[in-house]
Amino acid sequence: MIVIAILVLPLLAAGLCAIPTIGRRVAAQITMATFIILFALSIRVALRVIALGTYVAAPGWIEVDAFGALILLLVTAVGVMACLYSLGYMARTTHDKSLLFHYYANLNLFIFSMLAVPVVVVPSITWLAVEFTTLLSVLLVGFENSREALEAAWKYAILTLMGAAIALFGFLVLFWAMRQAGSDDYTWAGLVSVSSHMSPVLMRMAFLSILVGFGAKVGFVPLHTWLPDAHSQAPTPVCALLSGVETTAVLYVILRLMPIAHNSLGASAERWALVFGLLSVGVAAFLLLQVHDYKRLFAYSTVEHMGIIMTAVGLGGAAAHYGAMYQILSHALTKSLCFFAAGSVLMITGTRNIASVKGLMRASPLAGSALLLGGLAIAGAPPFAVFLGEFSILRAGINQGHYFAIGLLAVFLSVAFFGILLHVNRMVLGRTDPTVELTPRIPWTCSLTLFVAAVPVIIFGLYVPNTLHQLLIRAAAIIGG
Amino acid sequence: MPHVAQPESIVVQLNALAGGLFLLSAFGMVATRQVQGCMRFFILQSVFLASSAVLLGLELRSWHLIAVGVINLVNKAILIPWLFKKTVSEEVYTKREISQVLNIPISLLVALGLTVGAYYLASPMLKVGAGLPALANLPIGLATLLLGAYTLTVRREAVPQLLGILSMENGAFFASLAIAPELHLFIELVIAFDLLVAVFVIAVLTRAIQRRIGTTEVGSLAALKEESVR
Repeated sequence: MIVIAILVLPLLAAGLCAIPTIGRRVAAQITMATFIILFALSIRVALRVIALGTYVAAPGWIEVDAFGALILLLVTAVGVMACLYSLGYMARTTHDKSLLFHYYANLNLFIFSMLAVPVVVVPSITWLAVEFTTLLSVLLVGFENSREALEAAWKYAILTLMGAAIALFGFLVLFWAMRQAGSDDYTWAGLVSVSSHMSPVLMRMAFLSILVGFGAKVGFVPLHTWLPDAHSQAPTPVCALLSGVETTAVLYVILRLMPIAHNSLGASAERWALVFGLLSVGVAAFLLLQVHDYKRLFAYSTVEHMGIIMTAVGLGGAAAHYGAMYQILSHALTKSLCFFAAGSVLMITGTRNIASVKGLMRASPLAGSALLLGGLAIAGAPPFAVFLGEFSILRAGINQGHYFAIGLLAVFLSVAFFGILLHVNRMVLGRTDPTVELTPRIPWTCSLTLFVAAVPVIIFGLYVPNTLHQLLIRAAAIIGG
Repeated sequence: MPHVAQPESIVVQLNALAGGLFLLSAFGMVATRQVQGCMRFFILQSVFLASSAVLLGLELRSWHLIAVGVINLVNKAILIPWLFKKTVSEEVYTKREISQVLNIPISLLVALGLTVGAYYLASPMLKVGAGLPALANLPIGLATLLLGAYTLTVRREAVPQLLGILSMENGAFFASLAIAPELHLFIELVIAFDLLVAVFVIAVLTRAIQRRIGTTEVGSLAALKEESVR
């Protein structure tokens, strides 16, 4: 019942937001209330999953296990913060206030599509949910209606829809492979149970099609080109959702496929994951060095982190899988903080150019310290959560003797570390540039979001609550097969 | 497989003919310059997809496949073109594309290469699937998938780019007639709905781009690069 409510609520809220005059006027409040309820419901689902295992809402169609519950929690948590941030940010940056209800209605629909991905257990419907995450966010990316935003929205739509079409072929071949193996149970769990009987020829085709097709949406190199555009041009709260959880929700589908591919193909499944992962980390780390736009900086860092998680999965083994889950958690929370901080800098300075922003700490201690905190945390400095995640992945790799891959990963991580901190330091420290006109006050909901978003980033590096730890361990066991 | 078709069955031969024409219309989309012509080839392609589904439905005595054919026919040959005409302005629709990234003879050669590549990719799968009645659909579907991806990379106009994506999905469905004929009808229906939403969203975006930037030649948009930051 709760899971059904999680799916129905945002649709209802989207409808309410669109009702002329009454609904439109309070669209922001409706959305805020809905997101808070969704977050509370997700916590209940997660607790039930920890206590009882899988939560079944509609057998064979809608079920939530530990991995699904983790994604639900992250989507709704980042959703609450993004909505809180939107209240102030959108009111300030949108010229025509009467159009704001479009934004909130669309935001509800976007959240709905991301919540559908982890709860549906029929792979073709999961594919559909991923397709809808694109369709229902394209207009949000182009919401500011500038040349750049529309161009970014177009590239985003075309490249990810192309990827989805390739992935669709993969899912159809997967269905065929399942029928060949004599099974009729087209669910994720059903696929895992027959995966060792599946024809490797078919499985390879299905796996690679889905890896490449959805990889385009996750942002794996070389199909990442749309990502920095879309993740930098969208309104800031949407960037936080896109970078923090949308990429993660799609990666979830690829990770679900890993045990199935592993049982049929053996170690070559992990090798593909390792290749895509390391390539993405490496290319993104070097691209980070040459950016001029701080929102693009964080967008490239998303490509890097998706690569890190994929590398961890490619290393294989329980320890690396746990590292991957921990990294999913810490990346989603830290990256949204980074984007909230970046959006505040944009409101204060009015420019996205790194070179034009100086001495932020003096101009606005709040935005400056949030950006510094987010930058340090996402770059992987101790004692933050991302550091712990990266460290556990490196250690797991060394214990398994993947010295070459770990060597490469360590080099790329150091490059990315210096790249991010180089840019962030330039912006935060030093004297303010007198030629740049500043508006140091940011809306109070944005300041509040910065505080709220900073809490988990600081805490999870030092202490992970036991229930969350249990959830991560079970989720890691699921991608282990 | 309960029904294994005889190779000489007239229905299977008709299905092969539909497959050939289906592939040919994908080539048509690569070769035509008119936006409207591209749309006509897409409609033709969808009609051949639907007829292949109906033919196989007759052959296998499966109402399911006939329903799939009808869904595809109504959705792609009637609803999607109608939705396009409704939302995208006349000016975009009657456009002639002057500049493609590659010229048409070279494009056709590349398309031919992609088709050969698709058969090469599909050949190990064909061995696994030996005995399926509509196996020819698999390489043809894969080839159309690749041709759609190619169309969308060399085209600069908005509408042909979207038609490239729709053609890719057509390819995937054409292959599915061979490899996944028992896919749940509910899934087919929601995917049909999904395509309508996709066309609507992209058409709205196209209209916004035309109003704001004054062109629908999306391939030449290049404001977003590392050097250009405001």
